[in-house]
Amino acid sequence: MSAADRPQAWRRRLDGTWSRRLRSIAEDRLDLLAWVIIAALVVSAVFAKPIRLTVPSVLQTLSGGFLAETVTLQPLQLAPHDPIDQNLADRLHPPSREYPLGTDQLGRDILSRLMVGARISLSVGVVVVSISLMIGTAVGVVSGYLGGWVDEAVMRIVDIVLAFPGLLLALVVAGILGPSLTNIMIALAVVGWTQYARIVRGSVLSVKQRDFVAAAKLMGVSEPRLVSTHVIPNVIGPVVILATLDMAYVILATAGLSFLGLGAQPPTPEWGTMLSQGRHHLLTAWWIANVPGVAIMVAVLAFNILGDSLRDLLDPRVASRLEGKGGL
Amino acid sequence: MYRFILRRAVSIVFVLFGVSVTTFGMVVFTPGDPAEIVLREQTAQNPSQEAIREFRAEHGLDDPIPVQYLDWMADVLRGDLGQSYYHDTPVTTMIIRRFGDTAELAVAAILVALVISIPAGVISAVHTGELPDHASQLGSLLGVSMPNFWLGYLLIVVFSLYLELFPVSGAGTVRELVLPAVTLGSGIAAIITRLLRSSMLDVLEAEYIGTARSKGLRERIVVYKHAFRNALIPVVTIVGLQFGYLLNGAVIVEIVFQRPGLGTLLIEAIFARDYPIVQGLVLVIAVLFVVSNLLVDVAYRYIDPRIRFDGGTR
Repeated sequence: MSAADRPQAWRRRLDGTWSRRLRSIAEDRLDLLAWVIIAALVVSAVFAKPIRLTVPSVLQTLSGGFLAETVTLQPLQLAPHDPIDQNLADRLHPPSREYPLGTDQLGRDILSRLMVGARISLSVGVVVVSISLMIGTAVGVVSGYLGGWVDEAVMRIVDIVLAFPGLLLALVVAGILGPSLTNIMIALAVVGWTQYARIVRGSVLSVKQRDFVAAAKLMGVSEPRLVSTHVIPNVIGPVVILATLDMAYVILATAGLSFLGLGAQPPTPEWGTMLSQGRHHLLTAWWIANVPGVAIMVAVLAFNILGDSLRDLLDPRVASRLEGKGGL
Repeated sequence: MYRFILRRAVSIVFVLFGVSVTTFGMVVFTPGDPAEIVLREQTAQNPSQEAIREFRAEHGLDDPIPVQYLDWMADVLRGDLGQSYYHDTPVTTMIIRRFGDTAELAVAAILVALVISIPAGVISAVHTGELPDHASQLGSLLGVSMPNFWLGYLLIVVFSLYLELFPVSGAGTVRELVLPAVTLGSGIAAIITRLLRSSMLDVLEAEYIGTARSKGLRERIVVYKHAFRNALIPVVTIVGLQFGYLLNGAVIVEIVFQRPGLGTLLIEAIFARDYPIVQGLVLVIAVLFVVSNLLVDVAYRYIDPRIRFDGGTR
């Protein structure tokens, strides 16, 4: 579960008392739980409702009418109801067979909204983490490898971004660009790349001094090749861990910013927006706010567990610099 | 030590310059003309060209951007953060007025966090692998993952609406502070618990602990007098570095509990597009954040003489 005991887990399992053995298995169960949660999130994100792409009219003309207006990538619909359709006759309906998690103030099925919400949270997470990771890694490698004034300049920019408490900067950027999910993604990526740049730069600096890199250099390996075959494989570990913990943070931050009204706008079934709408019905219809609340926590928890356990597999000195972020 | 502080101070001046340019720039490159947006908001109709021109002149929006920046900066250095587009109060006064509420919340949250995390972290480390350890580790995992904007409402439902122990919202009295402080403090408690646990485990393995034990000292004394004190060193840093977390979290918690404070002021200003307030707040918060990080860094090196003072990494 935490950095300190994982190496001991196997030893405990082999020669511990029964209660210790059980607990050690329970520790790994936590990993299992995280994977189950993430699998469930992915399934509901993909299959909640069909995924259709609109084909640009240029392509339609080019294909001579072969391509339809929309292309269906995924035709299934697991969500029992439409997440947006209002049904005022059934508003504030408690959980029942028809509506397993109840309905909201406009009679929309909360389970369906929750499932489609998983698609929003996961895709925002994946997009923001990928953009931050790509920019941050590229900047970190270049900065660490080249050194000199490039490194100096890049690190000063990173310092400036990190001089703001992260969420506040994202909040202001999103607020100035105007409330929307896209702007939240931009805002989170503007802040997010810096941590990757720092970690990658640090790893590159330490790899650069290792003997095998010097040896490769002496053997006349070209610089781009040196970076791609020797430096990058050595920085992947910390980056993957950071990305996993970052996924948790981005999901939490997206929900938080949407809760504040800066992200997804109604009727989008985003978890933070749903929670914000449910707060007016805390006593009369507890399920409206609490169901998305549980969803956010469970999703964030799963990625945090996974990040923690990945970190335990890695060199503790590098790992100690990687911490999960709360803050919302 | 002094050279270290000096070097950090120089780099901070640079960072603060960057911060001020960023803060200023964010608003200048905003899509849409603030004059038009604000006037439309105020009068609820499309503003005339004349009104826009007047507004722009009044707020110095016609000057070239570098001139605007220098004017703004000159005022800021004199402690004048400008004039709100909507209110007659200067931004500086508005920030000072609300500062106390947020500071109060932050201090209370830290206290809550320490009260929870110190026992949890120590017990967890002393009983590694046993039930209390698992409970506290699971608790801190939940604490890190729990959205404050949900926890706040859960506390309101249980303690305000059902048990009627604390008011739903408001600020000023201790009773009104409890729920927001617990909400904000729980996440920090989770972070400190984890850190204190691993720090205690490190210390308990040290040789002088073995010595203390072999002298026949009671375990309680070994743990609390010898180990705990040294394990607190990294905790001090983390508590200091939680400042940013507190400010992030305060925004959400203040909105949930409808408390006055810097967070609610910022959100109101963002939605009203009252940019002088946004700029002023962001600048003040960033400066506080940078300075507090510097103080933590210096304090850390002061408390733990093993750390080199030449700016080498830990």
